[in-house]
Amino acid sequence: MMRLGPAGRRIALLLGCLLATATPWAGAAENAVDFEDRVIRMVLPQEPPQLDSSKATDQVSTRVLGHVMEALTRFDGQGRLVPGVAERWEIRRDGATFWLREDARWSDGSPVTAADFVFSWRHAVDPKTASEYAFILQGIENAEEISQGEAQITSLGVSAPEPRRLEVRFSRALAYFDKLVAFATFYPLKESFYRARDGRYGADAEDMLFNGPFVIERWDHGARLEMAKNPHYWDRDNIYLNRIEFPYITADTNAALNLFKDNRIILAGLDSETMENALDQRWRIERFNDGSAWYIEFNHREGRLTQNWHLRRALALSFDTYEFINRVIGTPGNLPGLSLYPSYLQGAKQRLLQEIPPPEPVTDWTLARSHLEKAMAELGLTEPPELVLLTGNSPTANKQAEFLQTLWKDALGLTVRIDRQIFKQRLAKMTAGDFDLVAAGWGPDYLDPLTFGDLFASWNLNNRGRYANPALDACVRDAQNSVDPEARVRAFGCIQRILLDDHAIIPTYERGQIYVIHPAVKGAIRRQTSPDPDLARAWLEQP
Amino acid sequence: MGRYAIKRIIQGLITIWFIATATFAAMHAVPGDPLSNEKATTEAIRKNLEARYGLDRPVFPDQYFIFLGNMAKGDFGLSFTQQNRRVNDIILDAFPVSAQLGVLAIAFAAIGGVLLGAFTALKRNRWPDVTVMLAVILGISVPSFVFAALGQLALVNANDALGFTLLPVAGWGELSHMIMPAVVLGLSTLAFLTRLMRSSMLEVLTADYIRTARAKGVSEGGIFWRHALRNASLPVITVLGPAIAAITTGGFVVELVFAIPGLGRAFVEAVQQLDYTLIMGTTVFYGSFLVFMVIVVDLIYGLIDPRVRLA
Repeated sequence: MMRLGPAGRRIALLLGCLLATATPWAGAAENAVDFEDRVIRMVLPQEPPQLDSSKATDQVSTRVLGHVMEALTRFDGQGRLVPGVAERWEIRRDGATFWLREDARWSDGSPVTAADFVFSWRHAVDPKTASEYAFILQGIENAEEISQGEAQITSLGVSAPEPRRLEVRFSRALAYFDKLVAFATFYPLKESFYRARDGRYGADAEDMLFNGPFVIERWDHGARLEMAKNPHYWDRDNIYLNRIEFPYITADTNAALNLFKDNRIILAGLDSETMENALDQRWRIERFNDGSAWYIEFNHREGRLTQNWHLRRALALSFDTYEFINRVIGTPGNLPGLSLYPSYLQGAKQRLLQEIPPPEPVTDWTLARSHLEKAMAELGLTEPPELVLLTGNSPTANKQAEFLQTLWKDALGLTVRIDRQIFKQRLAKMTAGDFDLVAAGWGPDYLDPLTFGDLFASWNLNNRGRYANPALDACVRDAQNSVDPEARVRAFGCIQRILLDDHAIIPTYERGQIYVIHPAVKGAIRRQTSPDPDLARAWLEQP
Repeated sequence: MGRYAIKRIIQGLITIWFIATATFAAMHAVPGDPLSNEKATTEAIRKNLEARYGLDRPVFPDQYFIFLGNMAKGDFGLSFTQQNRRVNDIILDAFPVSAQLGVLAIAFAAIGGVLLGAFTALKRNRWPDVTVMLAVILGISVPSFVFAALGQLALVNANDALGFTLLPVAGWGELSHMIMPAVVLGLSTLAFLTRLMRSSMLEVLTADYIRTARAKGVSEGGIFWRHALRNASLPVITVLGPAIAAITTGGFVVELVFAIPGLGRAFVEAVQQLDYTLIMGTTVFYGSFLVFMVIVVDLIYGLIDPRVRLA
């Protein structure tokens, strides 16, 4: 036999030690569903980047927070607003009052008080916190001034005259304020606990305090996150599950589908590639509208060819949203892009798009060509110009960009150069205005049409094409300042009409998502705003 | 020997400084920055964020020298993407995971490579040789993400067919989680080592001392194990150092597919998200690790072969 020299023995010893640090062979297999102990297991697409609710911005963090925290109000499975920590509330033109329930508790057993909201909201607008979501508190008195560093944080228009009464003063009307406060930035934070963590709040499971249906019991960074039912939660009798565990953290959709197939996780998102696989298994494929609207944004900055209305109209007239969703995107569940507003948004009495129906989009290449000629004449061009289309680097983004490139070549003889960039670089180029066209999308922060409606106001920093139109700005102000539902719908209609008539953007589609879910899991909620998917009130039924 | 070691260590430190400086320059030359996000922020908030991470000062000389000073102290600062965590903690958490996986993979690759290489050399140009060498070409040319996906699919189907969990499909924590990822991760190195070992073995088998051994009447088994295999393994040991570093750091796809919380994944995600501090931390850490492994191999070589020391 081969004998090991001293070096070889040392290597063998090292190897043995390393392996010994790993725990022994697999114990009991963890299935997707444990009926006896009421446990479900899922995959998390990434490590939550920020679990301090005053600073969280991303979907994974807000998804986790949505299970362990509770705001003043929340949305139920049908998308209706229901009481959370507040048992009732009143929204007025100049402010709002929330009455907190008596039995709302933190996970240490102490009561959730109005002061916890005052601290949290002040903390979020404090420029020292540097919360990227500070803007969402705008409309509360002095919020904007404080975040600009021009006012004291104690001057924020929120106070706790009684432990269970929260008073809010507005600087402009906030008709949708009860929906707004369901958002993560508005979760309460207990000041004494927060300060005691000395900047480490949200860093680990023990550095957090919870007031929602679950608590985070274990968090191995990058590897595993486990939630257990919160025994202090006021509505604990309506929480069926004892645990929600995330033993896998990966963004790989194929891996998620394999885990689902192996009965390790209860839910797996699908894409056009994995959908085939799921169909072969004869699984029931679920679909839902994730709430985001997608569009091509033009660069309206001075000196850009895309400032020309005829050019924008020519590009818009060559585009066919139905062809786009059916032939290019290809997965079921996507809806045609007709408007800036997605179809699920509520208007005054019914769906917003039923109250202000957008015009059916026209595809007419002959008309498009005549507009291109007019554009060339106005711009003094002798041949069709070359345009730069800025896009992401995902396979989906590539496919869509290549379709548009071919489309505009065929329809108009235009050359489109595709500029593929990874996320941060694409954002940098969008902000700097280094593009003619950019494939962009927007997801809602709260369930009011204004989250889309103010996007192209001249002052909105997310308006990266720098579209500026005083008529549109006026309509946005109307929508912001009015409390009359009918008047607001009219204002939203005005915004939609201007954007479409002026071809400020070309709506491309409303995104749908498809997924598979374990048949025993009932009451899983998919929704357009975080947390999605929401399993807090799910239950199990043996098949 | 002492002077040789000191010389190599100083060379190593210069290399690490160079890696750090080049990465620092390249990272800042890329458009965009770690603070830009989907939601645009106001000037005031941006300024505060910049101040928190020290991005409010000029990149050169201020940020560069602050970075070098902290690097010398072994502190890489706060991560931009895992916002409440220090880069040092992320590396401390993730590196042992990648190292465990890497050691298993390298053990699989080295043992498999040496044995397969020796075996094919003995069976030169006969069917076992041809078959293995064909497989080796596959192993070298097929990228690891294909093997990762195939390996995982194989496990799903195996578990399904058997009715019990042979090996988990993904996840981390137990030895059973590591086997398939280690095999997948080690495959291309195994293939490479097999080829190396085969040619080295072929050379050794025709050497004079083998003929001498045979003339002395040493059995064929003794010749193989004691004389041929040990001598032919030397080139394999040479490449093992860099291979260990490459395997422990190159497992990004494998870590993603098998949901393993390793450093390869943290590194690639840091680059995608332009997480300045995490990019610098992981690059310098990896660079130092690689340099260290090369020095160790050189020193061991120096011990074995005095000619290397003098050269």
